[in-house]
Amino acid sequence: MTRQQILDLYFMDARSKLIDIAAFLDRVDRGEGEPDFRLDAFRKALAELHRGEPVRAKSVLMSLSDPTVEPIAKAPGKGAVGAWEMTKSE
Amino acid sequence: MRYIEPHGHMVSRVTDDYEAMVLAGCRAVCEPAFWAGYDRSGPEGFYDYFCQLTDYEPKRAAKFGLPHFTWLCINPKESEDTKLAEEVIALIPQFLDRPNVLGIGEIGLNKNTRNELQILERHIDLAARHDQLILVHTPHLEDKHKGTRLILDAIKADSRIQPGRVIIDHVEEHTIAMVLDAGFWAGITLYPESKTTPARAIDMYEVYGGQRVWLNSACDWGRSDPLAVPKTAVEMRRRGHADETVDQLVFQNPIRFLAQNPRFTVR
Repeated sequence: MTRQQILDLYFMDARSKLIDIAAFLDRVDRGEGEPDFRLDAFRKALAELHRGEPVRAKSVLMSLSDPTVEPIAKAPGKGAVGAWEMTKSE
Repeated sequence: MRYIEPHGHMVSRVTDDYEAMVLAGCRAVCEPAFWAGYDRSGPEGFYDYFCQLTDYEPKRAAKFGLPHFTWLCINPKESEDTKLAEEVIALIPQFLDRPNVLGIGEIGLNKNTRNELQILERHIDLAARHDQLILVHTPHLEDKHKGTRLILDAIKADSRIQPGRVIIDHVEEHTIAMVLDAGFWAGITLYPESKTTPARAIDMYEVYGGQRVWLNSACDWGRSDPLAVPKTAVEMRRRGHADETVDQLVFQNPIRFLAQNPRFTVR
């Protein structure tokens, strides 16, 4: 596909998601109390969008991932929250 | 349009979903064993579940003319309890000869623990001893990249397992290359939030190639869409992909992998 065709097909969808992210950050700013580690992780991942190569999706996913390599001793629970918290690792 | 749903947890879906899938062109559905959303109290619960997957659910699908296949295991979400997991693994061989069983799955890791890894290795051994195909669940979200590496290492460490008989499911942009480069098949799961959108799935297909890739909805009791595969096929057409290319990805590819088990006769 040409860049023009991609814009024609996906610009409105991407625009909508971009505004949703902006509104989410505004909502967090208006909220009260201290945020947990996920907000910092989110902001760090946002910085990956400034990369000049077409590997942004991979880079955002890596930014939010556990970088350790060894299996952990015990499961802290069953679920995942979408961002890695350094203090919970071994 | 015709397609295979190679990963759907139909015990969690209503009968209307079967009808909608068939109307959309579904020619077969495959159901890996998974976590029920709560921990079962003992191995007897799994015995009943395996009976449901191999007896009751195929009959429910057959009411719509839809062939139903299944995969058996204890899901990694319940394998932290190794005693329970060993008891469940001991139950599986008696079900392997049932006519709709395709292999061992969906095995893998959840939180990447030592116990989960131990039970993954037990499942791999079970598959090797009984010459079964393997379907692998990779962990969610922040645990996926690390877990995928651990899983690939565990499978590659067993020389009895041929990578072409293993599908590593739920790949995303940060894991698909390591899966394909190691010779495995890759499954892309289409979820509204937590895995991949149709647009991203097609991106990966275009960037990494589609020779050893399938798409699935992994529809279950959570937010998911049993029509995600045909909707992605429509999205491919919007991008200008030819009907033959779409058919290759959503119909012919799953058949190429699944037909390695002669029980899968859908063509």
